[in-house]
Amino acid sequence: MKALLLRDLRLALRAGGGFGLGLAFFLMVAVLVPLGVGPEAALLSKIAPGILWVGALLACLLSLDRMFALDFEDGSLDLMAVSPLPLEGVAAMKSLAHWLVTGLPLVVISPVLGVLLSLSPQAYPWLVASLLLGSPALSLIGCFGAALTVGLKRGGLILSLLVLPMYVPTLIFGAEAVRRGAAGADAVVPLLFLAAISLGSAAILPFACGAAIRANLK
Amino acid sequence: MSIWEYANPKKFMQTSAWALPWVSGLAIVLLVVGLVWGFFLTPDDYKQGSTVKIIYLHVPSAIMATSAWFMMLAGSLIWLIRRHHVSALAAKAAAPVGLTFTVIGLVTGAIWGQPMWGTWWAWDPRLTSFLILGLFYLGYIALWAAIEDPDTGADLTSVLCIVGSVFAFLSRYAVLFWNQGLHQGASVSVATGDQVSNIYGAPLAVCVAGFVLLFVTLVLVRTRTEIRSRRIKALMARERALA
Repeated sequence: MKALLLRDLRLALRAGGGFGLGLAFFLMVAVLVPLGVGPEAALLSKIAPGILWVGALLACLLSLDRMFALDFEDGSLDLMAVSPLPLEGVAAMKSLAHWLVTGLPLVVISPVLGVLLSLSPQAYPWLVASLLLGSPALSLIGCFGAALTVGLKRGGLILSLLVLPMYVPTLIFGAEAVRRGAAGADAVVPLLFLAAISLGSAAILPFACGAAIRANLK
Repeated sequence: MSIWEYANPKKFMQTSAWALPWVSGLAIVLLVVGLVWGFFLTPDDYKQGSTVKIIYLHVPSAIMATSAWFMMLAGSLIWLIRRHHVSALAAKAAAPVGLTFTVIGLVTGAIWGQPMWGTWWAWDPRLTSFLILGLFYLGYIALWAAIEDPDTGADLTSVLCIVGSVFAFLSRYAVLFWNQGLHQGASVSVATGDQVSNIYGAPLAVCVAGFVLLFVTLVLVRTRTEIRSRRIKALMARERALA
């Protein structure tokens, strides 16, 4: 399991493209929105929580289709299927690797983008906390979507159609936590919901992923 | 005689051919009775006027929209566990019907909401979860359409259906979970409490029964179509092999 995780991380870091792309996209969203709606600080700080969460979500979506596609094409996925490690474990490790190279950098960079969007100061800890708790769910749900569509020739569009509705609860609670934080209110309840979604996804979705990969490899 | 006999496509075709006229006939009768009774023979509500009558389309289609997903869930589970093709095809056949009911529910709700709430749409938890259910139907149908191999398609859509049933469950019981938002609580339930009055309740029950039978009819017809198209494909493949 560790070997697989390290391999995926190494591939993501060395092959370029995938790793930086999500971050760059997140940055572009945060730059484009003020240009689009105008640089008014009051308006920006009002929509910042939503924009940051939607940006994180789309950045995550961007890198999903390569999660299994490359391994499927060159046959590594078949090797993993016959290896002693169960496919559920493979799916869990893939999700973890995806989170480490996509979700975690988003969490780290998000305060900087908060500045660009003039997020109110007391919201920063909540922004980081909500992304930290919510982004694992994004990777896990995305992993399920990627596993469903890995055998398809034009999977990308269907992938987003499948995954985005499943992202909605995470988005709602994530943005709500930041919004409450920005208003100076207590944001623990949405954070608890986010943690529940992440933990529930981690418990259930690797099994669904494993089943989907198995069906695709048959 | 066990229920699994109907997993045999031939047996299923025979039985469904026999049952279809009865089910569809009863559906038509119940729908005509329920809708005519509801639309023309009940008084206008003292507050809502005649818009109250949209309940005869809205409530049954909303009930069937979520129920259809649970039917697909049952079909998917049977496919995954016992590998009966008919059940996978029935789940496939039910999806567009469920999507249609979802759209009807949303549209009638909007038409009712415009004069009553003063808005076509609100981001209320119940409305939102219902919209997401509609998106799930779209994704499910798209996934079926995108996969060439029928067995792989059945496997993958079944897994998707199981995961999606979490959301179907949410939108089914969203009426009970959240008290906030514009959408009122369940007005029809077995438990006593805040309910619609009997004048509206009786035709509504007829309409719900009619919609259930309508759903059964449509799913049977569509499943039969799927089985026939599967047979035609097999025949054509055989002819190509012989030629």
